Amino acid sequence: MTAPRTPGSAPHWNRRDFPDAAREALAAQPPRDDLFHHSQTRKNVRHATDVIQAKRNAVVAELPEWQSLRAAGAAIRAHTLEHLDHYLVQFEANCTRHGGHVHWASDAAEARRLVLQILAPHAPREVIKIKTMTSEEIALNACLEEHGIHPVETDLAELIVQMGADRPSHFVVPALHKSRGQIRDIFAREMHRPDLTDSPQQLAAAARTYLRQKFLSTRVAISGANFLLADTGGVAIVESEGNGRMCLTLPEVLVSIVGIEKVLPRFQDLEVFLQTLPRSATGERMNPYNSIWSGTPVGDGPKEFHVILLDNGRSPILADPESRQTLRCIRCAACLNACPVYHQTGGHAYESVYAGPIGAILTPQLHSMHDAQSLPYASSLCGACYEVCPVQINIPEVLIHLRGKVVEQQQSTLAGSLSLWNIAMKSAAHLMKDGSRLNAAVHLAQTAQKVLVSRNGFIEWLPGMLGGWTKTRDLPALPAESFRDWWRRTRSAHPSAPASSESARD
Amino acid sequence: MRISLFIACYNDALFPHTGKAVVRVLERLGHTVDFRPEQTCCGQMHWNTGYLREALPILRHFVRLFADAETIVVPSSSCVAMMRDHYLKAAQMDRDPALEREVRALLPRIFEFSEFLVRRLQIDDLGARFTHKVAYHPSCHSARSLHLDEIPLRLLRRVRGLDLVPLANSQECCGFGGTFAIKNADVSSAMLADKVRCVLNSGAEVLTAVDNSCLMHIYGSLHRQRTFVRAVHLAEILACTDDADLRLAPDQHYAFASSEFSR
Repeated sequence: MTAPRTPGSAPHWNRRDFPDAAREALAAQPPRDDLFHHSQTRKNVRHATDVIQAKRNAVVAELPEWQSLRAAGAAIRAHTLEHLDHYLVQFEANCTRHGGHVHWASDAAEARRLVLQILAPHAPREVIKIKTMTSEEIALNACLEEHGIHPVETDLAELIVQMGADRPSHFVVPALHKSRGQIRDIFAREMHRPDLTDSPQQLAAAARTYLRQKFLSTRVAISGANFLLADTGGVAIVESEGNGRMCLTLPEVLVSIVGIEKVLPRFQDLEVFLQTLPRSATGERMNPYNSIWSGTPVGDGPKEFHVILLDNGRSPILADPESRQTLRCIRCAACLNACPVYHQTGGHAYESVYAGPIGAILTPQLHSMHDAQSLPYASSLCGACYEVCPVQINIPEVLIHLRGKVVEQQQSTLAGSLSLWNIAMKSAAHLMKDGSRLNAAVHLAQTAQKVLVSRNGFIEWLPGMLGGWTKTRDLPALPAESFRDWWRRTRSAHPSAPASSESARD
Repeated sequence: MRISLFIACYNDALFPHTGKAVVRVLERLGHTVDFRPEQTCCGQMHWNTGYLREALPILRHFVRLFADAETIVVPSSSCVAMMRDHYLKAAQMDRDPALEREVRALLPRIFEFSEFLVRRLQIDDLGARFTHKVAYHPSCHSARSLHLDEIPLRLLRRVRGLDLVPLANSQECCGFGGTFAIKNADVSSAMLADKVRCVLNSGAEVLTAVDNSCLMHIYGSLHRQRTFVRAVHLAEILACTDDADLRLAPDQHYAFASSEFSR
């Protein structure tokens, strides 16, 4: 199902289809077939998402106007996307007026090239980084390393991921799949601190000591942004640890790589998102650190400031009215924490920068549906994601829309149209256009099933793709008489006679 | 009232008892039930799997067949969710304004079974008797699309002899999701394992819901593990007026075959 990658997509993701990657994530530990047994990763993910969800639910319940805030957030984001060209140009003008430099990158390669060009005159050996998803998206760290520049992640969780040579599994809490003990082992090894215990205080203190050196000695910082403000040219970052504030104030050069959809029309719009984002993301009423800056004010902060506006597959999403709502996302990850699929697999199984329900719709679209076609199917369509989304993205609706595109792609090839799935679904559709045709099929199945039905009246084994069901589940056999036939047998003789209450008895 | 029953394709073939129970309850209330044998499917399986074009003739068949029905009752919340959440969009996608008009006219007359009893008929006591420990699983579509909220619980609380026990993490999906259970069988099974653990911990003898699809899925694991917990559609509980109606002998560890109505 994997087509050639479009230029710019991260090379280290999307190698396998979701069911295969998920199988590995689920069966990481023996006993392999015991689904009651949870692997360490599954336990960590479940615990962390449960904790965040509980906090989120508590602080959301405090706001009687929560649904209005969701609606306002959705309306502001939808309006912005309708007029994105206008607001981006306005942002560029205002940011430039305050001394910032605005660059436009159509894809990942261009964004990487721009970063290298901006860094070249400063010839840094190291750069400090605030947690940024756009950097993941353009695989910036690998590119910097290739050019002899060592990126230092300063977000605690990103630091854990970087030191563990791991991948982020959640875009708000990247090391959520790691337990304290595992983090202790990574720090002990990488910071040469065999004395460390797994107490959160000790681990945080170790990271603080390590990072403080980096903050004071590094001249270039790289960040993403939560919001761009068109009317002031401001850039906003919210965070919990204060590492961001360090990166935004101490270095001489700051480069922010920001998706084009992140712009808001007005400074005032933050009143909605600074309420919904922290509550949705970390279950906090307000983020401990909210940084908003415009350009390069004299005597404060970096002397050189660049914004790279990253398209990288966003424009085609904007052009599709059915799925445009995907770009409303403010990256709170509430949908990940609410998702029962994510609870089981964690983020790595998505093999994508963006995991969870939003990743399942965003990633394949960023790749123009040429990659990650299994992701729209990585959902039971339970709707928990839509329920929590602070900008009301109807993720199940978009998932179905994208499934429609995947099916169209498959049907456009000979192999796809001759696939078992396509033939089965086409045949079923044919039967379901006509009641008597369907009834005939049910009769046929009632007879044909006999070879599969066990003595207990259940089907315990099915062939081929249906075997996925019977691996863990029995299936009731079709009863000898369908409802339709029962109705015909007991009712059709006297169609006009009012039925007595006893007649429903068999 | 003349009520048209849309049984749902999988209930027709796999769970006819649920249909019989719905007929029994509605007739007990003095209504006339009409069943149109030409009916097939709501189109949900095709639509949700991405076979959007293939779903169109199926839903068109449904809309045309029930166009003149006074009221349509469906003992499956996910089918009703399909109709309410997607039929208009499907008609618009097909650029068929006539179908769109017909859908708009039809939707207000379609009810999920428990919703029909409580919201439309304003009844929550069906005079039922069912002396078992029961846990209620709020299926995703019933909770998050139809927002049935307390409706099924209100009905269950009025059943004589019924001991309603709480189900932990009840709002979490059981992992069925239609073709998801096959396309992502491993993840689906892992989700199911969590659900089954909660069901077993609840101490319930019977698990109920307004969707046989989820019940079939959860019971598929309960049966595989040879547990003695049964899965019974809400309509079948409400249809019971004496304990002999639903024989739950300890040696019968599968629900649907044992939920045969008896005299």
